[in-house]
Amino acid sequence: MIEEAVLARTLGSALRHGGDFAEVFAEDRRTAGARLDDGKVEEFVSGRERGAGIRVVRGDTTGFAHTADLSEAGLLEAAEAAAAAARGGGGGAREVALERRDVRRPHEIGILPETVEKARKAAVLERADQAARAVDGSVRQVSASYADSRRRVLIANSDGLLVEDDRVRTRFAVNCVAVGDTGMQTGTEAPGRTMGFEIFDEIDPEEVARIAANRALTMLRARPAPSGKLPVVLRRGAGGVLFHEACGHGLEADLVEKDASVFRGRVGEPVASPLVTLIDDGTYAREWGTYAIDDEGAPAQRNVLIDHGVLTDYMWDLVRARKNGRASTGNGRRETYQHLPMVRMTNTFLLAGDDDPDDIIRDTGTGLYCVALGGGQVDTATGDFVFGITEAYMIEDGEITDPVRAAQLIGNGPDTLRLVDAVGNDFDTWAGTCGKSGQGVPVSSGQPTLRVAELTVGGTAG
Amino acid sequence: MSELLEIAQRVADAAAPGEQVEAYVLRTHETDVHVFGGEVESLSVAEIEGVGVRMIVDGRQGYAWAGSLDADVVAETLAEARDNAAFGAPDEHYGLASPADFADVAAPALDLWRDDLLTVSASEKVDLALALEAAVLRADARVRGVESASYGDAAAEAAIANSLGVAVTTRRTTASCAAFAMAGEGTATQTGSGFTAGRTFADLDPEAAARDAAARAVRLLGAQQLPSQRIPVIFDPLVTRSLLALVGGALSGEAITRGRSMFVGRDGEEVAGPGITLVDDPTEPLAFGAATHDSEGVPTRRVDLITGGFLTGHLHNVTTARRAGGDAGTTGSAVRGGFKSPPSVGARALRLLPGELSPEEIFASVPEALYVQSVSGLHSGTNSVSGDFSVGAVGLMVRDGAFAEPVREVTIASTLQRMLHDVVHVGADLTWLPGGAAGMTLLVGEMSLAGY
Repeated sequence: MIEEAVLARTLGSALRHGGDFAEVFAEDRRTAGARLDDGKVEEFVSGRERGAGIRVVRGDTTGFAHTADLSEAGLLEAAEAAAAAARGGGGGAREVALERRDVRRPHEIGILPETVEKARKAAVLERADQAARAVDGSVRQVSASYADSRRRVLIANSDGLLVEDDRVRTRFAVNCVAVGDTGMQTGTEAPGRTMGFEIFDEIDPEEVARIAANRALTMLRARPAPSGKLPVVLRRGAGGVLFHEACGHGLEADLVEKDASVFRGRVGEPVASPLVTLIDDGTYAREWGTYAIDDEGAPAQRNVLIDHGVLTDYMWDLVRARKNGRASTGNGRRETYQHLPMVRMTNTFLLAGDDDPDDIIRDTGTGLYCVALGGGQVDTATGDFVFGITEAYMIEDGEITDPVRAAQLIGNGPDTLRLVDAVGNDFDTWAGTCGKSGQGVPVSSGQPTLRVAELTVGGTAG
Repeated sequence: MSELLEIAQRVADAAAPGEQVEAYVLRTHETDVHVFGGEVESLSVAEIEGVGVRMIVDGRQGYAWAGSLDADVVAETLAEARDNAAFGAPDEHYGLASPADFADVAAPALDLWRDDLLTVSASEKVDLALALEAAVLRADARVRGVESASYGDAAAEAAIANSLGVAVTTRRTTASCAAFAMAGEGTATQTGSGFTAGRTFADLDPEAAARDAAARAVRLLGAQQLPSQRIPVIFDPLVTRSLLALVGGALSGEAITRGRSMFVGRDGEEVAGPGITLVDDPTEPLAFGAATHDSEGVPTRRVDLITGGFLTGHLHNVTTARRAGGDAGTTGSAVRGGFKSPPSVGARALRLLPGELSPEEIFASVPEALYVQSVSGLHSGTNSVSGDFSVGAVGLMVRDGAFAEPVREVTIASTLQRMLHDVVHVGADLTWLPGGAAGMTLLVGEMSLAGY
């Protein structure tokens, strides 16, 4: 993307006025997608973005500038702006010797999206539309979307690192509206993988469509969700967002360092039920949050965050790690070259336990069984978090009974982690987009079927 | 002709016979400052530019974008849009804005650009953010930290040109700063935010933002969960703003014509209490979302959405108006999230017709209510198709016309349809806020609160 000598001169220039660290992050990103609505494939949308973000770190201050101009002149101008923003003084010319490092990819990409004809992408959408409508006449509206991206990134820094990565992701989503006597309801299913068009070897678009359609139909016969504290069983996969919100964000070192996390100062202490072993793993082959290197050039890792209930480590990016005299955990990510990296999750999941999922439900008596979730939010400083259920059922006398309407669940992270009292021997993952300080990045979360002894369910039924 | 309009016009002029072509060109200068612990954490300066090209040919639509205005990249983008158009399905409703569509609508005169923002130095911006952080800490001894304090501004210029003769430029400046205060220790911590926003640096009032952030955190100290119950709910103006944005989304022509809105088939019906009159008015100079033209180059105008409780209008762009049929025309409500996507449709400046009562009078109008200071999970707990509404809430009880004990870790739930009918009072305290809507204090007669 950029010649080595140009990179070295840019980094040297970035540190001309002093500074501890300089970095060039360049990317060339192509995206393509299409949407089907109301039985018709709407417009194809494709885009291209190329540019570089340059940062200069001096003490606790980061100066940052970016440019879409990858010529030497463009890069030097951005380096100058970043250096000025870092308010450096003194310094002088500095030589940077770069050493190219190979990356180890978690998996190979099978079919690059740009090699696939647009008509084939459209055909996937049409198959989904037909499959969803075939489920039931009450399915009145179907929209489906296909999106792929190829993001080639290059990172060079004043430590001499030079590394490149090539990331391909594909996501497919179906949303259905069903209409009945009780009004209108929606159902959505949206799998994503760090894969090319071979994703459709693993994901059947018709099956995705049927899940979305059945979810909307199920909600038509839903009764109001309960209001108050109940045991909550989360089916494998979807409930991973619980840990993403209940403790994932609170284990990001940048928030910990600002004393904005209830998990600050708790490494080595029990913070969860002994049934909880929580992993963040950027190397998880083909998963939505996977990469070979993070956006600061650190190799992705499998990091144990909580081991049998004991907090073992936070997640780190480069700047925060340097300050603490330790290595990055490969969690420095940014949405595009126009953003500064920060600590982010990758694929965050709970390891499976010993319980039979059916036994967990049977032992619950009365409770709520959550099958699909719509995302969540947390205030890491207070630990209070929410997540929305989009498909859930009552558990009565140990049996799954009526579906309930959409509702929010609320809890406190440290309390909820202690209340995990059953962990199943199954497992699945769920793809989502995680937002933090205005930047969205692809993440997945995962878990076995599990039970939280008590969570507040925000329905409307007495 | 401005440089950006020249670029857009060149693309529009490249339309071949039978093609309709629209180009949207954007250039933004941004500054972003984050401070922490009395130091600059980061200072970012950026120029972002790009182009989005929409092509309609044989009733099919295609779109392509690029984050560059280099002539050869723009030409490539046009070619890519042309190629993309070949793969969509034909839809007679696709169309670009035509000057004939809005010959009788004059664009409002609005002054959205402030030259003086461009003369403010980076160090003045940094000093403002540092002063904001210090002011939060100084505002109340119980504030133990500032999670973040930031300043941001943008000067954005855009041009839209299409092959039917639309040629429009727009520009605006914005500046804002925001802080998050933390009060109390450990799991007793409470947080509060404050912000100030305007069209330029001099509009900002960081002292007021700091006082808000501190007060909103401190007044929650000692917050407890409540038992589950049905209770009247008073919404803070910031929360009302978010509720209006949800309702406005369900009134977009895209949602309505696709059958994805709780308002489908309700035209002319009573969808809210008699005290509810909702308009979208981007011609309002005080609105942060004020705009002379929409994202297709059509002049904006006031649209009456709900009048005295009755559904009276929808928001449309050119395509959704055609799809709606009848006498629907574009309402100048096309919006874009930048140049990376084709125009959709949405509100820019929603507001309710204010009522008579001040917030204090609303507090005193009920024996007991939950005042909701902020909500969480708006994106995961609300559904504008079914109307299901369930969100996390923090706030304070209101008794005898005043704040009583603080409340946390509860949810409030109802349906949006019911909430619109259950509005008892709309406050007189209309305040324009960033985020596409004005806010005001709002009393909803009853909602389900879930706690223990």
